[in-house]
Amino acid sequence: MRAISIRTRRILKNRAFLALCLFSTSATILILALLIASIMVQGSHFLFNSDALSAVFAHGELSQLTKIIRWEFLTNFASRFPEKAGIYAAVIGSLWVCAICALLALPLGIGTAIYLEEFAPKNRWTALVDFNIRNLAGVPSIVYGILGLTAFTRMFGLFGTDKNSALSFGPDNAWWHIQLPFGQGLLAGGLTLMLVVLPIVIISSREALRAVPSSLRQASLAIGATPWQTASKITLPAAIPSILTGAILAMSRAMGEAAPLLVLGIPVFIANTPDNLNDNFTVLPFQIFNWAGRPQESFHQLAASAIVVLLIALICFNGVAVYLRQKLRNPLA
Amino acid sequence: MKSPTTITLAFFISLALAAAMQTSDADLSKLTGQIKVDGSSTVYPITEAVAEDFQGKATKTRTTVGVSGTGGGFKRFCAGETDITNASRPISTSEAQTAKTNKIDFIELPIAYDGLTIVVNPANTWVTQLNVAQLKKIFSADSPAKKWSDVNPAWPSETIKVFSPGTDSGTFDYFKEVTLGKDGNIRSDLSVSEDDNVLVTGVAGDKNAIGYFGFAYYAENASKLKLVPIDGGKGAITPSNKTIQDGTYTPFSRPMFIYVNAKSAARPEVAAFVDFYLANTAALSKEVGYTPLPAPMQERAAATWKSKKLGTQNWDSAGNKVP
Repeated sequence: MRAISIRTRRILKNRAFLALCLFSTSATILILALLIASIMVQGSHFLFNSDALSAVFAHGELSQLTKIIRWEFLTNFASRFPEKAGIYAAVIGSLWVCAICALLALPLGIGTAIYLEEFAPKNRWTALVDFNIRNLAGVPSIVYGILGLTAFTRMFGLFGTDKNSALSFGPDNAWWHIQLPFGQGLLAGGLTLMLVVLPIVIISSREALRAVPSSLRQASLAIGATPWQTASKITLPAAIPSILTGAILAMSRAMGEAAPLLVLGIPVFIANTPDNLNDNFTVLPFQIFNWAGRPQESFHQLAASAIVVLLIALICFNGVAVYLRQKLRNPLA
Repeated sequence: MKSPTTITLAFFISLALAAAMQTSDADLSKLTGQIKVDGSSTVYPITEAVAEDFQGKATKTRTTVGVSGTGGGFKRFCAGETDITNASRPISTSEAQTAKTNKIDFIELPIAYDGLTIVVNPANTWVTQLNVAQLKKIFSADSPAKKWSDVNPAWPSETIKVFSPGTDSGTFDYFKEVTLGKDGNIRSDLSVSEDDNVLVTGVAGDKNAIGYFGFAYYAENASKLKLVPIDGGKGAITPSNKTIQDGTYTPFSRPMFIYVNAKSAARPEVAAFVDFYLANTAALSKEVGYTPLPAPMQERAAATWKSKKLGTQNWDSAGNKVP
């Protein structure tokens, strides 16, 4: 009798634990689903054409299919009229600034990770560097904004002001025009976001390299390969899928940041796209922030529409990360 | 309602202003260069509207408008980083001093009116009006009224919940100065948010709440809030577009400004932008939910701009110069 009751109790405990886990998972998913659903409902007004929607789904007119999405929301600049307002400047600005951030942060971050993981001697200095990088990853992004403002936007006042630059090359409207300081230009934004994501890129790349079995390295070194050959031919290829995943997740973080750019003083209203790296820009999260703070309900709906676009972009980023991990999975690792 | 004569007068004045100052559309389309505007988020909707229309005509210029707040905007303006800054209060003495040190001259132009609106929860049946002394009791750090009964013994003995805009906003500065004086301190146990919608939600959700923000936020959320008429010494006045514009809603009617860098004003694109601003601000400020300036003040602004008169003019809410 007693043995059975203990067994039943164990099974019951097992079931209870399972139920608890299931509950936590479904609660998380439910909250997320509710959030997305409420944003979709709020944002649908400016994202979709209700006429075209009913034409396609109620009357089967497939010719209206491309008109379901209100493309003008994506191709118009910001406006005081909610029906005319769009996110073109913000989308282009976000893409530019993320591209610059990626071009700068990935080589630097991955390079640092390779050095620290594969080459650096294990001593007090590297331990200190490691400790600091981990700390930096936890610093609120707005702090990087303050650093970016001083270092990139104003450049410590060494080269005059943005409007009255002491050092500039090329005519103002040329695509290769560049000047110091960077002001509220794309370079200042890209560099500031680079500061935000660099620790994340370094840490995730190091984790990826560390996950490569050391037997592979030892085997390579044992047959006479130099550390450089081992790193470039063996360790790095094995770690690349995880490194890329980390890098893409870091980029989606960069895409969602508003706070550091707010500190730089980037504008909200801008009805141009950048011509060169010193041109002003705005980004999606900042446009959302501005619309959400307006008193009129229509602007809150616009903010929701822009959030949907941002979410779709982030889902695409993460989708690419998952795909790369599957595609490049190295049988060795 | 405004009387027909005032409307006609305002109409003709704005027509005359438009004719006198506005560069023709063909000339606008030839302009190039960058016009950088930053500053108050309260003024932002008006400047955004002006920039949108201006950019539509002067297609080759690059007009950008930021929202660093009145204080943040002045910091950048006085460092010479922006051409124009939006402000929901006049420039402070220390800010003007910084500008002077950096050799930045500026032209101060009022562009619209806003009524600072004090609101309570609709379930609050006891507050039917407030005067400045009572507001001081509620908001001051020195003698904060913890309960409604501390303000008026006839009111319920329940804790007051205070909501306020952020300390970097011009709205906060203005409210503080009017109710508590230049050196007064606002109590610290209040809920602060830079986002006025949060204040609206806060006051709408608590029976014992009181808060303040720009009239536009009240107008959009009128059903969720109860407006408090303010007694500025001449009986309680309810804020409305009319009482704000004619200045009877005192002391919380305030003009909003743009400050133009004098050096930038010499550039044709900036000059054209300011011309365009003054010619269209009456119509556009109304469109985005603000109160246009009274006609005499519009004229004074136009005259200040025309003569490029430098420095702060110390406008009071009636448009007169304060000695």
